[in-house]
Amino acid sequence: MKKMINLTVNNRDYSLPVIPGETLAALLRQRLHLTGTKIGCDEAECGACTVLVDGEAILSCVYPAVRADGKTVITVEGLAEQIKGAYKLHPIQEAFVEHGAVQCGFCIPGQIMTAFALLKRNPDPLIEEVRFALKDTLCRCGSYPMIEKAVLAAARTLRTGEPLRLPEIQESIHHKAMIGHKHLRPDAVEKVTGKAIFTDDLHFDGMLFAAVRRAMIPHGILKHLDTSEAQNLEGVHAVLTAEDIPGEQNHGLVISDWPALIGVGQRVRYVGDAIAIVAAETPEIAKQAVSLIEAEFELLPVISNPVHALEPDVPQIHESGNLLKHIKVRKGDVEQGFADADIVLEDIFYTQTTDHAFMEPECSIAVPKDDDRLEIYVGSQIPYQDRNQVARVLGWDEKRVRIVGQKMGGGFGGKEDIAGQIHAAMLANVTKRPVKLLYDRHESLVAHPKRHATQIKVKIGAKKDGRIVAVETELFGDTGAYASLGEKVMTRATTHSAGPYDVPFVKGDCYAMYTNNPPAGAFRGFGVTQSVFAIESMIDMLAEKLKMDPIHLRKMNALHVGSITNTGQELTDSVGLLECLERVEKEIHKNASNPFTSKVDPEKPHFVRAWGIAAAYKNTGLGGGAPDFSHAEIELYKDGSFEIRSSAAELGQGLVTVMQMIASEELSVPADQVRVRVMDTDLTPDGGPTTASRQTYITGNASRLATLKLRGMIEEFLGDKYDFAASQIEFIEGKVIAKGQSWTFAEIAKEMLADGQKPIALYRYEAPQTQPLGTGGNMHFAYSYGVQAAEVEVNTNTGEVAVLKVISANDVGMAINPLGLQGQVEGGVMMGLGHALTEEFIVEEGHVITDRLARYRIPGIMLTPEITSIIVEHPAADGPYGAKGVGEISSIPTTPAITNAIYNAVGVRIHKTPVDQELIAKALWEH
Amino acid sequence: MTLWQEYLQPTSLSEAIQDLKSAPDPVLLVAGGTDVLLELKQGHLSPVHTLIDLSNIPELCAVEERGDTFFIGAAVPINRLMSHPGVIKHAQALVDACHMMAGPQVRNTATLGGNVAHALPAADGTITLLALDAQVQIASSAGLRMIPFSELFLGPGKSSLDKKTEIITGFFLPLNKPGQASCFKRIMRPQGVALPILNCAVWIHREDDSIHDVRIAVGPGGPKPFRATNAEKFLTGKQKQGENLAEAVRELIAQAQFRTSPLRATADYRKHVVSGVFSETFEEAWKRAA
Repeated sequence: MKKMINLTVNNRDYSLPVIPGETLAALLRQRLHLTGTKIGCDEAECGACTVLVDGEAILSCVYPAVRADGKTVITVEGLAEQIKGAYKLHPIQEAFVEHGAVQCGFCIPGQIMTAFALLKRNPDPLIEEVRFALKDTLCRCGSYPMIEKAVLAAARTLRTGEPLRLPEIQESIHHKAMIGHKHLRPDAVEKVTGKAIFTDDLHFDGMLFAAVRRAMIPHGILKHLDTSEAQNLEGVHAVLTAEDIPGEQNHGLVISDWPALIGVGQRVRYVGDAIAIVAAETPEIAKQAVSLIEAEFELLPVISNPVHALEPDVPQIHESGNLLKHIKVRKGDVEQGFADADIVLEDIFYTQTTDHAFMEPECSIAVPKDDDRLEIYVGSQIPYQDRNQVARVLGWDEKRVRIVGQKMGGGFGGKEDIAGQIHAAMLANVTKRPVKLLYDRHESLVAHPKRHATQIKVKIGAKKDGRIVAVETELFGDTGAYASLGEKVMTRATTHSAGPYDVPFVKGDCYAMYTNNPPAGAFRGFGVTQSVFAIESMIDMLAEKLKMDPIHLRKMNALHVGSITNTGQELTDSVGLLECLERVEKEIHKNASNPFTSKVDPEKPHFVRAWGIAAAYKNTGLGGGAPDFSHAEIELYKDGSFEIRSSAAELGQGLVTVMQMIASEELSVPADQVRVRVMDTDLTPDGGPTTASRQTYITGNASRLATLKLRGMIEEFLGDKYDFAASQIEFIEGKVIAKGQSWTFAEIAKEMLADGQKPIALYRYEAPQTQPLGTGGNMHFAYSYGVQAAEVEVNTNTGEVAVLKVISANDVGMAINPLGLQGQVEGGVMMGLGHALTEEFIVEEGHVITDRLARYRIPGIMLTPEITSIIVEHPAADGPYGAKGVGEISSIPTTPAITNAIYNAVGVRIHKTPVDQELIAKALWEH
Repeated sequence: MTLWQEYLQPTSLSEAIQDLKSAPDPVLLVAGGTDVLLELKQGHLSPVHTLIDLSNIPELCAVEERGDTFFIGAAVPINRLMSHPGVIKHAQALVDACHMMAGPQVRNTATLGGNVAHALPAADGTITLLALDAQVQIASSAGLRMIPFSELFLGPGKSSLDKKTEIITGFFLPLNKPGQASCFKRIMRPQGVALPILNCAVWIHREDDSIHDVRIAVGPGGPKPFRATNAEKFLTGKQKQGENLAEAVRELIAQAQFRTSPLRATADYRKHVVSGVFSETFEEAWKRAA
């Protein structure tokens, strides 16, 4: 057997001893510290670990390292050339940056290496060949359209030597000097070169590795726990159980009902409940120790769905019962509305549980510091809440904990709840050594909160002319074992359950129920994804009954300025729904004359096509009376550069770009003079949670107002010192000018510091006050609106569905960065398409069936339709430059647009997501 | 828990057979290793002492005409098969199947031998080789032996191979003569496990408008890879006409043991869609045979 591996990596020769069981990915990442090669699934599904071996793209996670002996390996770090300290990017890398193909960046090394191998073999690929090559390299941000264009542009440059073709990106109609124009992400270059560091890429001296023993039973009482064998295993440094929790046992974002560890005699509520945690010298030893922990349970009956959970005489999962919250929406007397109606329809719809499947699995590293503090390195959507939740379990003052936020390979709501942070902290605190807790994909799928599965009954009443007069809904939401954000999610589902329409009488009742399924919490769309499927299906059913055009029916009833929402809020500005509908209608009619009727392909008579449409709205911000604020701080440095800071999270959506653009706009300095720092509870002020499509609005405003405050300080300083009025001072092209005199920012910084003034400004922005549900008034300070139309092709033999085209119009108030917006819009469609067609997180009697990425399928590039994005800009009065949220609305109407199109094509109404092709086929053959 | 201790890379068949005999147990053979490594990682297979990598053995990497047969080595990466002129000429169905097996990166290491060795009744490679009337060559210390492809399978996940002593070296296919061609198609479900709901391979020998000879394989049509021999018999010598094809489908459905696989497909659905999949596969093979 070989003792040494001799290989060439990125033009360097290495001779390394063989380590039994080592994969090439492990060799590259751990021994050569080439952490650009990412592990997204470790099961040959996602493609993030793609590298080239002797010129061919392979998955390094299933490639034995020893097999690379004598071979040449190229990783993402080997593509760019470094010339005098600056990168000269490979044309593929340059194209990814310029085309906006980079969002969270975690999959990008795999995308680039796969594309690199393709272009070596085939310098002039067709679009289909690009798709075929990238077919199994997954991107959860859904950047596929941009990736495809980037690869084609790079191919052309490589072939012809001509400069890269740049994408055509429409600027905002409200653009300013910088705001509203295409702007590249400040972190794009490090993400395409493999230099971007995510949590698992970090290494600390003396670091231990953690593993969690999970109950793996859905409901029961832990009767007995024996950790002695694990404790005695060589290399194990700590095994902790509930008895070792120094502070509060429970954590939770709204309600503290989730034990960090379940103790003996206590109740296990889902398979992912932790009963013991281990820290050991290596991840393998930690895992082995976990397998040696013995646990006995008294099994209890499993509550597996939310309707069952509300029945009398079923076991109660929490002391407070199985009902987390009964949510009520009332607008007038709905019975009166139905009495007025000429037509009443009623139906019931079901949506599935889904998983965020962010490409980067959760990772936390806790590092004890000399001053009795603990640093936690983690990609988290809510750093300050992490700090608080960790401190409470440790029994510490929260100032002793520092969350050091890392780049995040996607979140989508799934990195709001605490994951390994508390466990890593407990183990680091006991061992006094850094502890890394990395979830593998299996653990990620089993443990973290999901999207709520729902059952939604809708009753709708309308006049013959199409005016909707009453909507009544009844929702059941499965929040699983713990509350997480379940109450908030299901509130949003309920308040939005009558659709984006001006309906005089509305009644909604929702039962958010505990079950023994994995918890459900925040997930892009936040409940509205579910209720919009129900109501938008009903609207199409109503249009059919009334023999009306579905767009016309929606236009007639659409919310507009002056409408009163279901919760009693008068909309006073920024309601672009009608324009969204009109522009989508115009765009569809470019494609088809009778879009909503089925067309048979004469070449293939069993393929039938049609369009479908759906509309939605979604709140920006927390609303419901919750204080919604963010802090931003900006500092001018002696070298004339600025740093703008907030703990708001960058998870790929592009907030750092927005913050950079805003500071740059308000100071009239080039963007590269502004650095952005986020997600650090010591160094950045609290930006609040990154959720509810709120950061562009809230932290955008905070950034803008902090920058204006600094600008005011500079004006005042210069005015006082040189005797100008503030109005005489101008900020132009990186300089400050007054009465013919001019200063660079470096000069200003030095002068201010010399004068004892710190050029630093902190601003706390508070969003307009909102009201709790049920009290009337403004439940939210802004809403975004979206309309999508989808063209599908259904195979009438098999029931298979393909989405060919999607038109997506979104009223975002104002497009601050049209390039980033494009990524959010296209990615939103891809996630919506996954929800409609491919994704189903299956739990049977509390046990997770889809516990590997191979069983939980997210859409790949082959499923990407042609996406046309239409940006509608009805400015929000209080949004920064008029902007409001886009992160969620871009994803919400996709599912009903697709299912309505299926109905229009083949006459089969989809009542349950994801679409079951067998059900379509069966309906057709039984017809 | 180290997944393997020793990784052997024999460069000849005799060395591999010797390694298989002498390496410390437990021993597993790998070609591309993409499946075996996953099974080890996910605990479906217990950690082993020795992995024997067959990808450096020239005999297992050969793709060539040998007399009146075409030989495909068991350890040839799928991607090489897809573009190989000999495979394109003699085994179009295999080219079709290779395009659908796994993903592009996996195909650069995964092999036909690995696809077949799992003995799954609906593996794309298995169904294809069955319709192509492959013979399997097996090596052991006793020498080489050849068996008809179908004899490799005892039941789901069970092959007749003696894993302690035997190695699949490759597959022999008859050469395509004028009028002969093949095709492979399948139906997937967009959710859940990446296993086909139904796949189908058809090989035909046509003479003008009549079916001189035909072989049809469908998966999963039973516990073992299924050949629709009754449908084949019915079609042989018949004209290619709609009613003949419809009767062949009835024969096929009567003979196959379609079952319901939880979370994948019901038996009813399979019975329904097999007609369309079979006729599309047949039509394409027919066109190719012109």
